[in-house]
Amino acid sequence: MSDKNVETSLSPERIAYLKKVRLRKTSILLIQLLILVFFFTFWEIAANLKLIDPFVTSQPSRMVNTLINLYNSGDLFLHIGVTCLETVLGFTIGTIIGTIIAVLLWWSEFACRVFEPYLVILNSLPKVALGPIFIIWIGAGPQSIIVMALAISLVVTILEVLNAFLQTDEDKVKLVQTFGGNRLQVFTKVVFPSNIPAMINALKVNVGLSWVGVITGEFLVSKAGLGYLIVYGGQVFQLDLVMTSVIILAIAAALMYQGVLLIQKKLSDGKIIGNGNNY
Amino acid sequence: MSENIVSVQNIGMKYQSINGEINAIEDVSFSVSKGEFISIVGPSGCGKSTLLSIISGLLKPTQGRILIDNDEINTTSEKVGYMLQKDYLFDWRTIYQNVLLGLEISKKLNAENKAYALELLRTYGLYDFKDKYPSQLSGGMRQRAALIRTLAVKPEILLLDEAFSALDYQTRLAVTEDIYSIIKNENKTAIMVTHDISESISMSDRVIVLTKRPALIKSTHAIKFDCPNRTPLKCREAPNFREYFNNIWKELDVHV
Repeated sequence: MSDKNVETSLSPERIAYLKKVRLRKTSILLIQLLILVFFFTFWEIAANLKLIDPFVTSQPSRMVNTLINLYNSGDLFLHIGVTCLETVLGFTIGTIIGTIIAVLLWWSEFACRVFEPYLVILNSLPKVALGPIFIIWIGAGPQSIIVMALAISLVVTILEVLNAFLQTDEDKVKLVQTFGGNRLQVFTKVVFPSNIPAMINALKVNVGLSWVGVITGEFLVSKAGLGYLIVYGGQVFQLDLVMTSVIILAIAAALMYQGVLLIQKKLSDGKIIGNGNNY
Repeated sequence: MSENIVSVQNIGMKYQSINGEINAIEDVSFSVSKGEFISIVGPSGCGKSTLLSIISGLLKPTQGRILIDNDEINTTSEKVGYMLQKDYLFDWRTIYQNVLLGLEISKKLNAENKAYALELLRTYGLYDFKDKYPSQLSGGMRQRAALIRTLAVKPEILLLDEAFSALDYQTRLAVTEDIYSIIKNENKTAIMVTHDISESISMSDRVIVLTKRPALIKSTHAIKFDCPNRTPLKCREAPNFREYFNNIWKELDVHV
């Protein structure tokens, strides 16, 4: 069933409709860009006219200078690289370990029942509180930061993926069993493939949580990274550095999220993942 | 009477739960001979599907035994194919890959069986769609693909668990016709569970009526139509169709 209408001659109504859709799309994009431009322009002008104090609020031109200085000193990509690496490691390891634990808990309903209250408690505990413990146990370095990111994303991954596994369509499971399938086959033929979308969703959540974990970790202990720049800038009252770092952070986080969306799109185009419903 | 391929002997089933015991099936015995098509009808919730699960070996009865080809079964048997309420084709597999699922699971994915699966697809008009995904097929074609998936493992007996109930009425009539002719063409024995009296009469050689829970056999109706080249739709037009329908309807004793 192809929905593509290869129309050679379009009706006037169709042309009008398409035009309207295009116009709407362009206006949304245009307004989005204008908001951004106005925001930074207003910020710059207000700072120049001394309506706001650039010492406290910084201003776009000073942020550009800070960026150039950082670039010239060769530190810019070091800081971005360190933070991005920690985040990628945090969420990759978190997703993998979380999924593995979810598989084990799915496998044994008994174990699942046993560990349920512990997972609930760990999930509600603010993981930042564990920071000092990690630093003492693992050392004041990037390892602690990665573990911090891991701690924040792991339990959520376990709960989310496990929940998805447990909600697999029972009749699809039954179908595999009618062919004499064992538990491993139920897992490999149905539970895992039908839940790839759920796992990708866990990945999306994890990206955000790992950023939280990494920046928190860098606040607590670090010698490099965007979180380090923010804390350092704050301590020496250099708002230019703080603001610049926050904006770089926002861009990096958005790009990484887009990356995950791209993976999702690739997978669904290749039909590796199902859309979950039957009709 | 030809030899019995399925023999259901004194099956009883009690479900246990914290809140108590449910006596689903009391004592059910019947046998099915080779090539026969039988239907089991009964009030909703009477344990029809439970009975089918027991015959398939998925569920262990608390009493009685199932013989298939005179062998008692303890687990799922390769001789039995199961058709569920929906087609449950996997969206992430092509039609061909879906059809091979049973062979993969039973580890019989060899060249010969693959060729057989392709042959079935060809015979039943799905060969051109073998590389399509289920979402690209109509409801009727999907149901046919599901049947081919079951047939690919070469079962002798087919169990149909409300196999068409997820389809809309028109599609259902057409699919019933389709599936019936395939089952007859492949010369399979079939046991169908349904709540649709007309469907059971139109397809079966025999209709077994169950009582309310705990299920017992209330009566058995041999269905005979004079029409040559019997098909479900032709049966629906036969003069004695209504008579069978009324008899079974009365026995079901449905009250709203």
